[in-house]
Amino acid sequence: MSAAVVGVVTFPGTNCDRDVVHAINRAAGDRAGLRAVPVWYEEADLSGIDAVVLPGGFSYGDYLRSGAIAALAPVMQAVAGRARQGMPVLGICNGFQILLEAGLLPGAMRRNRTLSFICRAVPVRVESVETPFTRAYRKGQVLRLPIAHYEGNYFAWPEELGAIEAADEAAPGRVVLRYCGPDGQDARIFPEYNPNGAAGAIAALANPAGNVVGVMPHPERASEEWLGSTDGLGVWLSLGQWLAERRAAAGLPAGRGGAP
Amino acid sequence: MARYTVFVHVMPRRGVLDPPGEAARAALSALGFEEVREVRIGRRIAVEVEAADPSQAEARVRQMAERLLANPVIEEFELAAGGSPERANGSAGR
Repeated sequence: MSAAVVGVVTFPGTNCDRDVVHAINRAAGDRAGLRAVPVWYEEADLSGIDAVVLPGGFSYGDYLRSGAIAALAPVMQAVAGRARQGMPVLGICNGFQILLEAGLLPGAMRRNRTLSFICRAVPVRVESVETPFTRAYRKGQVLRLPIAHYEGNYFAWPEELGAIEAADEAAPGRVVLRYCGPDGQDARIFPEYNPNGAAGAIAALANPAGNVVGVMPHPERASEEWLGSTDGLGVWLSLGQWLAERRAAAGLPAGRGGAP
Repeated sequence: MARYTVFVHVMPRRGVLDPPGEAARAALSALGFEEVREVRIGRRIAVEVEAADPSQAEARVRQMAERLLANPVIEEFELAAGGSPERANGSAGR
């Protein structure tokens, strides 16, 4: 029985790729039932890959705009094709920016409201557990995750934002994480808890199908005790659970991890 | 084929908060320029292309701007002809 395979993409300038591989293979380890492998940006074939992570870093030096040039790299054609078929795709920080530029998520990133690079741990509230990356959390759970970005000020036009926020019994809404106060106070009401000025205090966002998620904070930097927080571990455990259930539903042998 | 330079002026769209522009507006206000209502900061990209004529050069650069050089979600752009690079260099003297 083999673990599900997570492709972690390296673009020129990416600098969090090894951290993500480490978080999945060492920090989460066998518990997640995942095996992370590096994927080069020129790769056009993702066969054998069950999920993709676009890690943080400064792809193509952030020239032109963050993520704009990476969105055109050969691997993104393959990622977009598989994403449309339902493969889980997680973009972290610069990876989030790449997903926006590739049109896999709506909206755009502006410079932080403070015009400063922000690098610190912030509280975020779990708004949706209906994604492959958050199902191991509780709805409303407050996590402490590090952010490190200059352009994390999410923007969408009011109509798009309305569609993103719309939630009912059938569809839980597409905001996955929201910036909040230490006790979960809503940063839309208390803007002092919105570090970058993001519209709707959105820290993580899903596509309508829920399988593509962009997240500004770095879960891989909060996956081990010695890093100060293990609140990010749930992302990898969630993905492992989700993929194991899909395999079981398809009649395939489960990965090593599977349900906790 | 001749060489043409086309300038692409990329600007934040109206209605989108532009944090660098807002910082500049606040600084101008502090200098006493209180009549300033809005400052938007964009960028200017010079694209040198080979084309049959200026209109073809502009049409191609417009496609480039739509597909890559500007992000249509939050930015708009205008094109301006820059003449041929040779002429641009020749007219740069003081």
